[in-house]
Amino acid sequence: MSQASTTLPRWIDIGLIPLINVLMALLVSGAIILMIGENPIEAVQIMLVGALGYEEGIGYTLYYTTNFIFTGLAVAVAFHAGLFNIGGEGQAYIGGLGAGLFLLMADSSLPSILLLPLGLITAGLFGAAWAAIPAYLQAYRGSHIVITTIMFNFIASALMVFLMVNVLIKPGQMSPESRVFLDPAHLPFAHEVFAWMGIKISRSPLNVSLIWAVLCCFGLWLFIWRTRWGYAIRSVGFNEKAAVYAGITPAKTVMLAMFVSGALAGFVGVNEVMGVHHRLLLNFTAGYGFTGIAVSLMGRNHPLGIVLASLLFGVLYQGGAELAFEVPTITRELVVVIQGLVILFSGALAYMSTPWVEWLYGRFSKRQAESRQEAA
Amino acid sequence: MEQSFLFLVLTLDATLRVSTPLIFCAMAGLFSERSGIIDISLEGKMLAAAFAAASVAAVTGSAWLALIAGVAVAVGLALLHGFACITHKGNHVVSGVAINILASGLTIVLGIAWFQRGGQTPSLPPTARFMPVEFPLAQAVDGVPVLGTIYRELLSGHNLLVYVAFLIVPLTWWVVYRTRFGLRLRAVGENPTAVDTAGLSVSWLRFRAVMLCGLLTGLAGTYLSIAQNASFVRDMTAGQGYIALAAMIFGKWRPFPAFGACLIFGLLDAVAIRLQGVHVAGIGEVPVEFIQALPYILTVILLAGFIGKAVAPKAIGMPYLKER
Repeated sequence: MSQASTTLPRWIDIGLIPLINVLMALLVSGAIILMIGENPIEAVQIMLVGALGYEEGIGYTLYYTTNFIFTGLAVAVAFHAGLFNIGGEGQAYIGGLGAGLFLLMADSSLPSILLLPLGLITAGLFGAAWAAIPAYLQAYRGSHIVITTIMFNFIASALMVFLMVNVLIKPGQMSPESRVFLDPAHLPFAHEVFAWMGIKISRSPLNVSLIWAVLCCFGLWLFIWRTRWGYAIRSVGFNEKAAVYAGITPAKTVMLAMFVSGALAGFVGVNEVMGVHHRLLLNFTAGYGFTGIAVSLMGRNHPLGIVLASLLFGVLYQGGAELAFEVPTITRELVVVIQGLVILFSGALAYMSTPWVEWLYGRFSKRQAESRQEAA
Repeated sequence: MEQSFLFLVLTLDATLRVSTPLIFCAMAGLFSERSGIIDISLEGKMLAAAFAAASVAAVTGSAWLALIAGVAVAVGLALLHGFACITHKGNHVVSGVAINILASGLTIVLGIAWFQRGGQTPSLPPTARFMPVEFPLAQAVDGVPVLGTIYRELLSGHNLLVYVAFLIVPLTWWVVYRTRFGLRLRAVGENPTAVDTAGLSVSWLRFRAVMLCGLLTGLAGTYLSIAQNASFVRDMTAGQGYIALAAMIFGKWRPFPAFGACLIFGLLDAVAIRLQGVHVAGIGEVPVEFIQALPYILTVILLAGFIGKAVAPKAIGMPYLKER
């Protein structure tokens, strides 16, 4: 997928250029804030304080981060196979549906120790299944995965509206929400976990899903770079023809990559449905699937980069909410704008700055060589 | 009988109105994709154009200035897409996603900053909009059975842009299949090397295609906010850009079949609205969500090769690297 520069050292290619891209995105965002008549520096201050300045803010930031890690990893694993999974939103939605359906059925009969892991697995399987259909169509019927995953987002959304309004709605209630799960089916909140250890922290939606997200990062790193399946995925993504010569079946690899991708996206349902809302409701995915695209591009499809990018987006989401609260002319959607700009600069225009950097680096290293010669 | 005939005519009438933005966008996508540039940002360009048109109409009170603004903004975004995909050889889908997200965020941010109405633009007076055009004698022929009703309800009484949309389709066909530019456009989407060898600029051809795409999505957006409705509402495109994309694929990247798909998808939408909460004998209440999802489901089935075969232009999505 990447057209890495051959003349630049690694630290510039994977460190400096991505940083320049993000900075360009942030600069344009600052210009937009100026355009609507506010002070961008002040805005950044409010955002940072809102996201990192107090316990509850940090809790929210990490709660958003959890979602972005899942969706970012989901996009990344598909990218490694040369696939663009825009369906994270739908897969997350269906993943949440899976967890919700399972918990609604089983929450009165099973103990927590079984409910929670099984709920997590169901979420992953539902998400994976929702990704498997476009994957199958791409691998075996030749339809384009970008288009089918877009269509599947809409189909997922229509399916959820239908189920929530007609089937799963709690009787005698106007808003389309299911009944609240029983207590054993709730994932513990961070403030509850800390309370067990005798430490008191502020309430926030942050829950133990974050631990699972971090484990997924490590697991995905192992999977992509340390297993034969990961090798197959990278080979297909890099050069499908060469992969075939190496004895890899691209169709199967596409299925595998999308299956893992869908499962990861489905885990957003764990954080949202099992961790925060404790019931099924509409629109709990709130665009996290699309943010995953920005996160993955910014993190260069590497788990470590994705964690950092997720943290940045966590700060942006939480800080953006604070900013909207403090400054009436600014809304939360400013974060959506920043997200779009990040995708533009880190994704579509990722190599725009490369010629300039190459030129600068060339001059710099030449001068260094000259001064070394003079010294000698 | 009389009743159901009127119902039919009114449903078809609604179909024309709902299909209009789909038709504009499907033709827009067709120009872009036939030149080899994937465009999933029809949605974003249409949304941005809708906002620009409604804002300018609200400030200046002129529908024509609004139209120019809508088209200008959409063409601007199209040029951005071209800059990323053609000039910098970026990934077409990534660029499209970026434009969609950018438009959905920016329209709300600017809308709230400029108009303080929660993302809505002020409601427009009739003078600042494209209003229904009454055909001559529409009232006079009312007495004529069947034909009179069709003339009055179905053909007459739409706004200018609806008629433009229906003229754009044969025009697109003519440009793509009967002009020199069209031939080159199709060639550059299939085999850019051949076009380059013939001494034509691949980039310039693709840029022209992308600008045409911007122009048409601009018309679609303008239609939404100042013709069909009287203001901009946040996220007012509501996935219609994607439905248009689906229609274009459904029409296998050809103008008239794509037009047909737009009408079918528009009809589904019009029927879904009318069937909301209606009980049909034998089926019970019709699941409206299913009808609304039908365009997407049909497109997936088509793409899977179960209804004929949809073959995209050969060089689609691939940046053109001139060998030296």
